[in-house]
Amino acid sequence: MQLLHEPSPEQIKDLRVYAEMGVTDEEFALVENIMGRLPNYTELGLFSVMWSEHCSYKNSKVLLKKFPTTGEKVLQGPGEGAGIIDIGDDQAVVFKIESHNHPSAIEPYQGAATGVGGIIRDIFSMGARPVAILNSLRFGELTKPRVKFLFEEVVAGIAGYGNCIGIPTVGGEIQFDPCYEGNPLVNAMCVGLIDHKDIQKGQAKGVGNSVIYVGASTGRDGIHGATFASEELSEASEAKRPAVQVGDPFMEKLLLEACLEVVKNDALIGIQDMGAAGLTSSSAEMASKAGSGIEMDLDKVPQREKGMTAYEMMLSESQERMLLVVKAGREQEIIDLFERWDLHATVVGKVTDDKKLRLLHKGEVVADVPVDALAEDAPVYHKPSAEPAYYREFQQQPSYRPNVTDMKETLKELLKQPTIASKEWVYDQYDYMVRTNTVVSPGSDAAVLRIRGTEKAIAMTTDCNSRYLYLDPYIGGQLAIAEASRNLVCSGAKPLGVTDCLNYGNPERPEIFWQLEKSTDGLSEACRVLETPVIGGNVSLYNERSGVAVYPTPVIGMVGLIDHVDHITRQQFQQAGDAIYVLGETGEDFGGSELQKMIEGSIFGQPPTFDIEVEKERQEQVLNAIQAGTVSSAHDLAEGGFLVALAECTFGTGLGASVHVNGQDHLSEFFSETPSRYVLSVSKENRSHFEKLVPKAVCIGEVTEEPVVKVHNSEGHIILEEQVTILEDTWRGAISCLLKSKV
Amino acid sequence: MRFAVIVFPGSNCDLDMYHAVKDELGADVEYVWHDETSLDGFDGVLLPGGFSYGDYLRTGAIARFSPVMKAVIKAAESGKPVLGVCNGFQILLEAGLLPGAMRRNQNLKFICRPVSLIVENNGTIFSNGYELGQDITVPVAHGEGNYYCDEVTLEQLKENNQIVFTYKENINGSVERIAGITNKAGNVLGMMPHPERAVDSLLGSNDGLTLFKSILTHWRERHAITS
Amino acid sequence: MFKVKVYTTLKAGVLDPQGSAVTNSLHHLGYEGVEDVRIGKVMTLTINSTEDKIEELVKEMCEKLLANPVIEDYRYEIEEVVAQ
Repeated sequence: MQLLHEPSPEQIKDLRVYAEMGVTDEEFALVENIMGRLPNYTELGLFSVMWSEHCSYKNSKVLLKKFPTTGEKVLQGPGEGAGIIDIGDDQAVVFKIESHNHPSAIEPYQGAATGVGGIIRDIFSMGARPVAILNSLRFGELTKPRVKFLFEEVVAGIAGYGNCIGIPTVGGEIQFDPCYEGNPLVNAMCVGLIDHKDIQKGQAKGVGNSVIYVGASTGRDGIHGATFASEELSEASEAKRPAVQVGDPFMEKLLLEACLEVVKNDALIGIQDMGAAGLTSSSAEMASKAGSGIEMDLDKVPQREKGMTAYEMMLSESQERMLLVVKAGREQEIIDLFERWDLHATVVGKVTDDKKLRLLHKGEVVADVPVDALAEDAPVYHKPSAEPAYYREFQQQPSYRPNVTDMKETLKELLKQPTIASKEWVYDQYDYMVRTNTVVSPGSDAAVLRIRGTEKAIAMTTDCNSRYLYLDPYIGGQLAIAEASRNLVCSGAKPLGVTDCLNYGNPERPEIFWQLEKSTDGLSEACRVLETPVIGGNVSLYNERSGVAVYPTPVIGMVGLIDHVDHITRQQFQQAGDAIYVLGETGEDFGGSELQKMIEGSIFGQPPTFDIEVEKERQEQVLNAIQAGTVSSAHDLAEGGFLVALAECTFGTGLGASVHVNGQDHLSEFFSETPSRYVLSVSKENRSHFEKLVPKAVCIGEVTEEPVVKVHNSEGHIILEEQVTILEDTWRGAISCLLKSKV
Repeated sequence: MRFAVIVFPGSNCDLDMYHAVKDELGADVEYVWHDETSLDGFDGVLLPGGFSYGDYLRTGAIARFSPVMKAVIKAAESGKPVLGVCNGFQILLEAGLLPGAMRRNQNLKFICRPVSLIVENNGTIFSNGYELGQDITVPVAHGEGNYYCDEVTLEQLKENNQIVFTYKENINGSVERIAGITNKAGNVLGMMPHPERAVDSLLGSNDGLTLFKSILTHWRERHAITS
Repeated sequence: MFKVKVYTTLKAGVLDPQGSAVTNSLHHLGYEGVEDVRIGKVMTLTINSTEDKIEELVKEMCEKLLANPVIEDYRYEIEEVVAQ
């Protein structure tokens, strides 16, 4: 990657060198216009990363504007490292989700590890203590050796980083579908807690204040990572890939503890992590937000390799680095504080008033660029949008109904599908308990952490059924928000807000842009109705390989508040004799279902019918019933439908269930994926109170001492019966069994 | 009774240990930074879990050279209770306060889950509150907890009754399912499972609290005699 | 100036889980003749010293920190190089 001779400004223009950096002819002309001259190689490098989709959202900005981003509890919306929501008592919750898809496709262990490291830095750079990590992962089918390798390495990378830094990995989701084979999705979410007074902003205020660099030294790793993330993967991209970034969780643990000490010091003005586009984005954004400029002397930047150019230093994506702005005259205090943590902090520049990013290297000015041009003035595109042919075809298909003869075998097969099967193989490798706050551990609808020193708890989840989005991005988008929210409600939490990670294919293809457009409409609508504002997130486009795009996958990270730890509710049945209720009618919804994929090998048709107002009403009723103390367990009906959910409620409890179905359409009753439905268990003494609060819930049977799942028809005949242990073993062992099998 | 929780760079269960002692046991406790040279004034020493120095060479290998380790050794020699959990156990092994060494788990993966332990010796200052043979639930969270020692050492451990806890099922490949051992004098305990994570039933188990209570009980009895 | 290579491996008789896993993989790939794999570490040290006692120094470092004598064996190679 080392260039012996950088091309001159004239050569850059004449030889169209900018095209190699992903800058278009029009964009280059715009740069020339802004600068009033030709940019040199370093300057063009700054523009190319800051104007990449990853940093500028130039292709998605018009759509992101539709999201509701405000609310009375929102303390910080999109625009900073992470969003912040008030949870009372002068405390707030800070959270964000981010993708690390392309690095993970190339080097899964380090790609996933550095993804976790990056999102943690976003949280503590706001001044918050990170308390939990979640991961939303998508891979191809687990039968292929390459997929097994990616899956095992990604999980190991997440474990390696999270376990070492000592932040519990408490939840997430994993989906397997062929569309993710060439381009897996690795999205990491971090949740933090903060006292209102400690909230930081990444701003470079106060002319003459010092810019301080702290953390790992800068190497040539990850140069052009942001641009790399904004292109499709191909054979060629493997050769072109930037040097793989290697994570150092030990260094980050020291940085985390030291930074949380620094934010309590009034000498600190601003702090930001050096994420994508490293020094460039952190310095330009901090100056732009504060309406100031920054001058940096690159000779003072700690360097890991010899002979680095200004271009390389500015574009490096070496991990575990932070940029701080500190009051003039008080630098030593901050440097000493870091020294106690064995970290080396260095003054590399100062805040100026000319709104420019000026870089000095070996005594010469090597770049002089307006900061707003970098951070704010990236072009905004509204790409052409076109309804895809597949969508028209799916819409015209008749309603799909699978052909099933043996209900019990079908249930077992469903429990074995890796998207449904237990993810114990995965979370067994994650330290989900460290810091001893995890009340509901991985494997439930949502993870729950108590807030030490209070009666409160927070619940968190990531969700997205991308199959529904593929069939209909508008409905699918609504369903993604609704499912996340429903999962929080089942744990006893009131949903507070959303962070989203929008993973899509190449937006330059009109049908992909159409997916993006329609799904963001659906997401926005659901967020508005359910009153869960979007407080931040990330966009990852160009998720394609060899022309195959991933399903539209807007992963929803959601956090909710539980007023009192007594309201924490699990999906598992609690005691024999409790009545089992189902809330929500069942329709014939098999389009995009797990059963359709299992039987047909692909998905098609229409997604489930969905009414967001009904969803809202039921969520409110269930939460009310939980808060009134009438609910023993609550579980939402998701992939696989009713029988899968019912079986899951018995797993790990030693209990069974005896229920009856009244309708004649047993196939739908058992496996349809109609949304907005719940399985709830209620103790005898709470039944009448519960039925007043949730009048439409239907009692269908009871939790039994005998660990057997029994289903009766309306005449009282047993139509399905199986030992819980048999179902549970099938479900629990499926993933490790797939990994062990040699194909 | 006053406890010290030693904090090495990279310790991450220090907070859990601190709260277990302070909030659940109700004893005095303070964090002690790795570069301190004295532990005078403390009655018990706790080495928490984590990844000291990133565990980059071998688990615990660098931490054992921290200045505070001389004071830990001194405390151990003077008979004060010293408890090392997980990474703390690994550090005690590297420091030679306990015999043996750790290898990677047999399945080469990090393992985090609540496990069943058998109390093999309830005559120690750490286990006097348990029944002999009691089955307790305590979580593990480690990648290198596969305990090793040679035959001669194993015979000595058995002879001196130094094996305090064993795993009910051998989760990581440890010799004789060993989960926790003491030194010959019985005042230094190293164990891979985390008793400090099992002190509050809200989080699943409080079987670990008995261990801390045992230390306090012993200290009070001894204190009553000497004063 | 010396360039020193230190090799550490698990002692014979100590189960090496990584080594066993690699042995199995090699067997699966058809290399049936592989009887055993032991995995170790190589550390390259550049030591600025003119001491004649360099070997003693290296030995000391190995025993103190670089290897764990309870489970690991070590060996080393010392090469004198001209300082740059």
